[in-house]
Amino acid sequence: MAETVVHPVARAAGAGGPVIELAGARKTYRTGSIEFEALRGVDLAIGAGEYVAVMGPSGSGKSTLMNVVGCLDVLTAGTYRLAGEDVGELDEVELADVRNRRLGFVFQQFHLLPSLSAWRNVELPLVYGRVPAAERRERAVAALERVGLGAKLDNRPGELSGGQQQRVAVARALVGEPALILADEPTGNLDSRSTDDVLALFDELHAQGRTIVLITHELEVAEHARRIVFVRDGRIQSDEVSPR
Amino acid sequence: MTWPETLRTGWAAVRGHTLRSLLTVLGILIGIAAVILTVGLGLGTQQDVSRQISALGSNLLIVTPGSATDAEGVRGGFGTGATLTRSDAEALASDVSAPDVGAVAAEKELSLAVEADDTNWTTTVVGTTASWLDVRSRTVASGEFLTDEDDATGATVAVLGATTATELFGTTAVVGRQVTIADTAFTVVGVLGTAGASTDADLDDLVVIPLTTASDTVSGGLDRTSVSTIYVQAASADQLAAAYQEADQLLLNLHGITDADGADFSIDSQDSLLSTATSVYRTLTVLLTGIAALSLLVGGIGVMNIMLVSVTERTREIGLRKALGAPPWAIRRQFLVEAAVLGLAGGVLGAALGILAAAVLPSLLGTSVVVSGAAVGGSVAVALAIGLVFGVYPATRAARLAPIDALRSE
Repeated sequence: MAETVVHPVARAAGAGGPVIELAGARKTYRTGSIEFEALRGVDLAIGAGEYVAVMGPSGSGKSTLMNVVGCLDVLTAGTYRLAGEDVGELDEVELADVRNRRLGFVFQQFHLLPSLSAWRNVELPLVYGRVPAAERRERAVAALERVGLGAKLDNRPGELSGGQQQRVAVARALVGEPALILADEPTGNLDSRSTDDVLALFDELHAQGRTIVLITHELEVAEHARRIVFVRDGRIQSDEVSPR
Repeated sequence: MTWPETLRTGWAAVRGHTLRSLLTVLGILIGIAAVILTVGLGLGTQQDVSRQISALGSNLLIVTPGSATDAEGVRGGFGTGATLTRSDAEALASDVSAPDVGAVAAEKELSLAVEADDTNWTTTVVGTTASWLDVRSRTVASGEFLTDEDDATGATVAVLGATTATELFGTTAVVGRQVTIADTAFTVVGVLGTAGASTDADLDDLVVIPLTTASDTVSGGLDRTSVSTIYVQAASADQLAAAYQEADQLLLNLHGITDADGADFSIDSQDSLLSTATSVYRTLTVLLTGIAALSLLVGGIGVMNIMLVSVTERTREIGLRKALGAPPWAIRRQFLVEAAVLGLAGGVLGAALGILAAAVLPSLLGTSVVVSGAAVGGSVAVALAIGLVFGVYPATRAARLAPIDALRSE
């Protein structure tokens, strides 16, 4: 493995146009008179089909980065292009639409709705994407089969193990065919067996050409990715291809 | 998010907390039931009253004696005088002076004991003329009614109401039997068909005798020429107003009164009686409606309160839905629909309670309650509107939540 640091933009350009392109990204939070700079000028490009882990200690700005990349928060300065679209120009309704079409989220706490069955949870993004009911069911079932839960369609989250719940959440992230799957500490609430289970799933998805950004503070988890971006004090400290 | 989805989600959220939802809609439930009952009682009472009044006859004007002014100039209240006479009634019946009047029946009402064989029964004795039967819309069940001949000769004949006949003889087959009124023997020539009981009087408990006989034989004294009531029937419903004018003018002239305010008689139409009777109930209705409105307001605030609780409890759900691409309007609509479902549930349950109470109450209170479709439909719509109106604020709060804050909340 002779590969060392490759300039991200050059790399992404090679993959046919970046999915994520952050330039001079700054985010400042203001609480009363106290200002806190969570991002202090981040340049980052992630190409289609990449599997990237974002690492960093608490308070490093990696959560803010995740919120910005997930269109859940907007930048104070700088630009963010998602699949070529400048997200900074969009209003609340358009941002909701971008999240719906372009992004699939996997959260640490799974965030499944307890009152809905597995397939009803998975179909939610399609509901907001105005997909007809019959097609929603079909696609939700296919996504659950894809994550190995074809037998648990009608189970509610409470009837599933933690690993199974997270796989339902992954199915939900997949179902809308997003440009990017964004996973925030997806294994943080899982035991080691379930962790392996979910990471193996991400590996498979990557092998199928999905673009995945995974945020974690665990090195073993990050090592599944092909590229690790290390964030510290609101800046990118290192950005290198995994030696694996 | 499509409408069926939104409705399904709203219904599921309400059903997920059955007890809480029921307690929440209790205020609306009571308010709606009260509205339906109030309207039902009002309509029922109105129906009862108008049935009683129309039982008097159709197209009727009722002339009653007014206040009498005595020698010292002291004016008594209405009904104190004996100012109406038989000749007034005869003048009103004239086609020349009152062309719009169809028929006239003067009534002299006396409360007297009537004897038959060994039985004694105190009842209303009505002295009147042959026209009474038509004017009062009554029928004869057996025998005949009084004739003009009976009146002219002062015949001692009587027609009994069904109740009176039964009380005196134990049967209504009494034509040809004898009754004694004020020491005079009368021959029963007919029995009236039943008219049913109104709440304040049994219309079948009376004895009808010729007016002349009532004045000369039964009543006597100074009072003999006076009558208690003159029923004036207009020739048709359209001529009622004209008949009123003619009757008023004619009686003023006959009594030599120039100032209409000094009239010693009063003329009521069925409509005016009806409106007097219903105005009391209208006051009651306004009061009850106020209470119902207050209950609905409290119910609405209850809905708002529980919706705010629901928004707080489901902050993470809202955050997730937003992260998955729900625009603010979809979140707002979801919570609005939930509030509307609460309101509607309260309305439907309240309507059911109101209809149930309307079925039970009449047998307990002795008043009719009319459940009107408009009241039920209208109040259910109001309940739905209350849910919507009081849902606006919680729904807007939910829609404004920032997705990251919402996702992070515990």
